[in-house]
Amino acid sequence: MENLNLVLPEIFISFSIMFLLVLGVFKKNSSKITFNLSLFAILITAIITINETFSVSRETLFNESVVIDTMSSLMKIVTLTGGFLVLVISSNYLKIFKIYNIEYPVLILSSILGMMVMISSNDLIVFYMGLELQSLALYVLATYNRDQLKSSEAGLKYFVLSALSSGLLLYGCSLVYGFSGSTNFDIISNQLNSEEYVLTFGIVFILVGLAFKISAVPFHMWAPDVYEGSPTTVTLFFTIVPKVAALTVFIRFLYVPFLNLIDQWQMIIVFLSIASMVFGAVAAIGQTNIKRLIAYSSIGHIGYTLAGLATASNEGIQSSIIYISIYVVMNLALFSCLLMLRRKDQYYEDIDDLSGLSKNHPLLSLCLLLILFSLAGIPPLAGFFAKFYVFKAVLEQSMYFLAIVGLLSTVVAAFYYLRIIKIMYFDKEKDKYDTDHSLWLKFSLTVSTILILLYFIFPSQLVEVVSRINII
Amino acid sequence: MNFPILSSLILLPTIGALFLFFIKEKEGNNTTIKYVALFTTVVNFLISIYLWIAFDQSTSSFQFIEDRTWIKGFINYKVGVDGISILFIILTTFITPLCIISVNNSVKNRLRDFLIAILIMESFMIGVFSALDLVVFYLFFEAGLIPMFLIIGIWGGARRVYSAFKFFLYTLLGSVLMLVAIISIYWITGTTDVVQLYEIGIDVKYQNLLWLAFFSSFAVKTPMWPVHTWLPDAHVEAPTAGSVLLAAILLKMAGYGFIRFSLGLFPVASEVFTPLIYTLSVIAIIFTSLIALMQEDMKKLIAYSSVAHMGFVTLGIFTLQQQGIEGSIIQMISHGLVSAALFLTVGVVYDRMHSRLISTYGGLVSVIPKYSILFMLFALASLGLPGTSGFIGEFLILMGAFKDNFLVAVIASIGVILGAAYMLWLYKRVVFGKLLNEDLKKILDLNRSEYFILSCLAAPILFFGFYPDPLINTIEVSVTDLINMHNTNIASK
Repeated sequence: MENLNLVLPEIFISFSIMFLLVLGVFKKNSSKITFNLSLFAILITAIITINETFSVSRETLFNESVVIDTMSSLMKIVTLTGGFLVLVISSNYLKIFKIYNIEYPVLILSSILGMMVMISSNDLIVFYMGLELQSLALYVLATYNRDQLKSSEAGLKYFVLSALSSGLLLYGCSLVYGFSGSTNFDIISNQLNSEEYVLTFGIVFILVGLAFKISAVPFHMWAPDVYEGSPTTVTLFFTIVPKVAALTVFIRFLYVPFLNLIDQWQMIIVFLSIASMVFGAVAAIGQTNIKRLIAYSSIGHIGYTLAGLATASNEGIQSSIIYISIYVVMNLALFSCLLMLRRKDQYYEDIDDLSGLSKNHPLLSLCLLLILFSLAGIPPLAGFFAKFYVFKAVLEQSMYFLAIVGLLSTVVAAFYYLRIIKIMYFDKEKDKYDTDHSLWLKFSLTVSTILILLYFIFPSQLVEVVSRINII
Repeated sequence: MNFPILSSLILLPTIGALFLFFIKEKEGNNTTIKYVALFTTVVNFLISIYLWIAFDQSTSSFQFIEDRTWIKGFINYKVGVDGISILFIILTTFITPLCIISVNNSVKNRLRDFLIAILIMESFMIGVFSALDLVVFYLFFEAGLIPMFLIIGIWGGARRVYSAFKFFLYTLLGSVLMLVAIISIYWITGTTDVVQLYEIGIDVKYQNLLWLAFFSSFAVKTPMWPVHTWLPDAHVEAPTAGSVLLAAILLKMAGYGFIRFSLGLFPVASEVFTPLIYTLSVIAIIFTSLIALMQEDMKKLIAYSSVAHMGFVTLGIFTLQQQGIEGSIIQMISHGLVSAALFLTVGVVYDRMHSRLISTYGGLVSVIPKYSILFMLFALASLGLPGTSGFIGEFLILMGAFKDNFLVAVIASIGVILGAAYMLWLYKRVVFGKLLNEDLKKILDLNRSEYFILSCLAAPILFFGFYPDPLINTIEVSVTDLINMHNTNIASK
């Protein structure tokens, strides 16, 4: 008998989804209660995850197709926290656009479920199932504001391109299966050797599919449009939660089934990383819409996390995970600020709308200032440490070129962050924005800003937690 | 001695800034804000004076060391001072209160935010001079960019945005390579602790590249020719207090970095690259002095003179002679005082006339005599007249240079003459001559706070000019040991 306790979080969250759906059908005007119940469900799931799986160093279930280890538990917690905060700060936004329906929390929950399955997968089929579950939920979420043309366009674009990449991914999986005779990651890892170079196609297809999901250059084209068109809260969800899950799967693929083929994939990852860092930095300069700018900046940040993965060392993996965790906090803070730019039930998304913000809203602009400097990687803010760990791991492997290109692109990236700061602090002020924000929004902004600002006082804690992850 | 005196020096201004953050700013009534800021910085100055008194001058080992685990198994938060760094700390704590007094006239809006930025800046600067771990040093070194960017950008002059961006991106570009070098040092030696690194030494085969990476950062910050172009822009556009901080202290971070890290960690590479430094320094001295002659903007002229003076400093450091290095340190301290004073004197007339152009002025001596006397003193100190602190520094540097390389010393000496030329010519055009501009007739002489600030700066300039012993005694043992260490390292390699 399998120890089902280990997958209790997934079981619980699936039952909650079904329950909420049923509730929505039978009870009228149940949006509010659904929202609260789904928050509650996420909370319980997180508690179960911590209780049941956090102490497990590595166990497999269901014929070794599901793996529970430190990395999966940690990343599930990050995913759940991200999902919780997204849900909690979206309600006001949704109400204003009159899309405060039960489907929203249910869709978010199902995509979280998909991601949790992905994170724990140790088998090609389980992985693909999780991936599709989360993607389908995300397609709908992108079009969630269906009365707006841009939102529908975003959803359609995302659907078409993502389906294509899923196709590539599936093709890659079938090639790998053909060569190894198994869908299980551990068996694949033992069966594969680098002699058969048709296998490289399989790896490349899988990596392309995954690179698409985390929007690494050159598979990033969908990101700016989708980010711009989707409702802001959904964009926030896009920029953090699926990335965490996809990154975990990326790590799992590279370091379990493909570990012996390191010569084949290392160059690919280095290329993806450099291309994302440089392109993300350069392309963001010309943007005028904040959401588009965030899209490019997130492309750049993914480049840095990939730099950690390219090192093929535990240090590197840990640094990537630290990077993505800090990135989640920073993005959450950034979007909290963005959601505060509201005047008479209208949200503002252009960089020019920030003009002179510091005179009317000194505290908000101070938070934004810290967040932007942190995103630019200026010490002593958290973003600097994220980059610092990554480059420490990169330099351990003597990959000087990657490190120098990465750091130089931070200088380019600093330019567009500075431009926002310039507009906020040096330009003429505009009308005031409303200040009656929901308590949760203020809470998430305050907490994340404080985390960013004061991370340098206790930097070891995060490192210690993450250092328990040993994949190789 | 367990009291963490250095950490309290670093933290106190930040705590003061935090206090300011919670005080509401009222229109027209900013006295509380200013007094809180002033109080904090004066207390900090007194602590640093106590530090100097308690400092043991007979040893070159680091004192007041604090060593705390910061990132487990990787970086320790380690601070400490030796004879070289203590002077820079005192310079910082001395200049900052003067900056705060000077904001009276120059900063009109958002005074509270301005003072917060200055106080945080002070924390970072003291941190730079006391850090004994490369990562901690880098952290403070880079963090200073944030407040300075805001000081230039928010309170600066007409082209403030351009200047702020230029300042930020130039320095950031220089520093990222240093970060690569610091992490590489960690992987080569297994530590980033400066004291341990002094003992272990770094393998010769890495030294050249690492030296260049550090150089890229320090050269931009110093600034050395040809990467000095950010400085005139930043200086000209920054508000007076910002220019003072920039000239008096920020530029010294790089000079300090050269002594502490480039010389201390990479002795062999330092020898290898001495010709490069000599060339760039000499070009800086001659070329920027010539540029300074042609300036029509007073602040720009002083900015270029800073580049020239920092050229002397780098020249002195890399003579690798006792006199040269001591001269460089004293020159840095002296330049810290003199350039601060010069920017403040320009600030005084700028506040009254709102023009920095030399042609606006002329004949000031007949309307504001007190101002003219002090201005003369600072101008003479800047060109290195005997009896002022500027002379001691330049003289020692040239002495060191003559020992090492005759040609370089001769060319550098020409720079001294050029320095006298542009400074005296500036003084002549501004202070002497006929009073042609009608508006100048109504100009007021120094008010009490300005008089106070400028005399505070004049006193040490004259004192150390006649009696430099306190400075030399403090640095002597540290510099001797640095050179001994350097020579043994060279001999053993």
